[in-house]
Amino acid sequence: MTRLGRLLRSHLVVAALGVVMIVLVLSSVNDFRAVQLTQMAYLGIAAGGLTILTGLNGQISLGHGALMAIGAYTTALLLQDDEPALPLLVILVVATAVTLAVGALIGIAAARLHGPYLAGATLALAVAVPGIALYFGDALGGEQGLRVRVPDAPGWVLDAAYFVTGQDLTPSKYVAYLGWFTLVVAYVALANLSRSRVGRRWRAVRDDDVAAEVAGIGLGRARVSAFVVSAAAAGAAGFVMATSVRLAAPSGFSLTLSLTLLTAVVLGGLGSLTGALVGAALLTFLPGVVTDAGVGAGLDDIRAAELAPLVYGVVMVAVILLAPSGLVGSLRSVWLRHRTTVKGETP
Amino acid sequence: MQQLVNTLLGGLTLGMVYAAFALALVMIWRSTRIVNFAQAPMAMVTTFIALRIIEAGHSYWLGFAAALLAGLLLGALVERVLVRPVEGKAEINAVILTLGLFIVLHALASVVFGNRYRSFPAAFGIRGMEVGDMTIALTGFGIFTILAVLAVMGLLVLLFRFTDLGLRMRASAYNQEVARLLGVRVGHMLTLGWALASLVGSLAGLLIAGGSLVHPGYMDAVVVYGFVAAVLGGLDSPAGAVVGGLLLGVSLSLVSGYVGSELVALAALAILMVVLLLRPQGLFAQARERRV
Repeated sequence: MTRLGRLLRSHLVVAALGVVMIVLVLSSVNDFRAVQLTQMAYLGIAAGGLTILTGLNGQISLGHGALMAIGAYTTALLLQDDEPALPLLVILVVATAVTLAVGALIGIAAARLHGPYLAGATLALAVAVPGIALYFGDALGGEQGLRVRVPDAPGWVLDAAYFVTGQDLTPSKYVAYLGWFTLVVAYVALANLSRSRVGRRWRAVRDDDVAAEVAGIGLGRARVSAFVVSAAAAGAAGFVMATSVRLAAPSGFSLTLSLTLLTAVVLGGLGSLTGALVGAALLTFLPGVVTDAGVGAGLDDIRAAELAPLVYGVVMVAVILLAPSGLVGSLRSVWLRHRTTVKGETP
Repeated sequence: MQQLVNTLLGGLTLGMVYAAFALALVMIWRSTRIVNFAQAPMAMVTTFIALRIIEAGHSYWLGFAAALLAGLLLGALVERVLVRPVEGKAEINAVILTLGLFIVLHALASVVFGNRYRSFPAAFGIRGMEVGDMTIALTGFGIFTILAVLAVMGLLVLLFRFTDLGLRMRASAYNQEVARLLGVRVGHMLTLGWALASLVGSLAGLLIAGGSLVHPGYMDAVVVYGFVAAVLGGLDSPAGAVVGGLLLGVSLSLVSGYVGSELVALAALAILMVVLLLRPQGLFAQARERRV
């Protein structure tokens, strides 16, 4: 078996285990948790794309919230009628493709920038995009945004779901399955890409652009391709977000969303897909816990809701100062150190 | 005609504030090669401190002075405690650190001060002047804004050009190793540089807030405009930051007046992209070539 085949197989095995776990978890939780898990799925997809861009290629983007907005608005525009013209999966592909095209444009500009310049430019993107929805209020719904009408699950999906899980599929769970299966497909694709020749080129460009160029790697092409892949993931995430929230509105894509995604990536460890998923899980479930603690400590609801970002921010600063490789990276290095010392003691 | 004059005047006033903010970014960039994205929330926090003092019944000027002092201390604290460990490391670390600080200060202000919109008083009238039968949009507070920014710029020029301290600060920014060998306490100079920059940022925050509404996010767009202004003039050039700020203020004011205020941020993004693609070193940078 070729190396590529082995690699693909190992990622597919993990993916298959993931699918089994998704079915087990989603069939045992209630609708509220299913909605929360969908949120984790779309944050995870977008963070996965961002971790590839930032961790493997060294480009920072504060504009991924804006890219999600493009995916979400595309989805919303295609899901205005009760009977959508296209099947949901085709809409997912269209939303991803549109975001990919926009990402390519931004990526071409971004490929010439680095560090703080890139951060500033993408920050401007994050601040500017919601304004477009307001300016073209007639087509894009202005401040209120666009409602998204998610079609009912097709009959065969309902039958299959009943056959596998033994219970009827609710609309929220339908969207949750959709989100998580999108995540699995996206992560398999991202994992394979990052282990392939393309991924090695991204890393080479990140570590030393001069050496990479001398070795015959086109810097521009490597940077643009990383941005495009990462934008496509953000577009898919936007699709899942639109179908789950059932609304695409400017307030959903504020600067906070972009910064939140960056937090997820930094928390988990730059460049690690597992880390991105862990980060997404923390971002989904931490706010509830922290807000409850805040209310318990006597704050009013609105102020308590701000405690969660406070915790992310503090953790983000602490991670950069104390453990720059993030949670997953730090655990891995502790484990590796442990393994080498154990080996060293028994020659 | 009247609309054009008023749009230009509004742009000039706003441009002065952007210039001050861009100047703060440039000062930090020159000394530590870091773009301080947390400048906006740092200024916001100090503005809220001023608001607290004014709402407690004290005079506007006491609040004003307290905010500037708070800015000075906050800048020094941030540099000494948070930024020092990432100086000289991979540039992405510093970017993420300042963004983390951005989130922290934002959330902290929402918890402590609440996140409602609140009106901030102005020291001078905010009604336009009447010349003949036209109302010119140059308000008393607008004039104060322009004068305050000019005064601060003058003081900074005096400090950097004509004092021993300014010379030592410039030396530390120019070449840390050599400055250290010549006996300059480089660490102290960097802390002082951050403190002064943060003070200038606070001034910009107070001037934007005057006569309008403040809430924890009111400076978020300003950090983008300040950054665009700084890049427009060249991140290395204080004079460029000022010219860049004025140019940007007038351009954005024209966009806001004649196209639509929703597209102001998009226009700033477009200007930024054009500058970065055509003249990445900015209009006034002395360096012949710089990778962006």
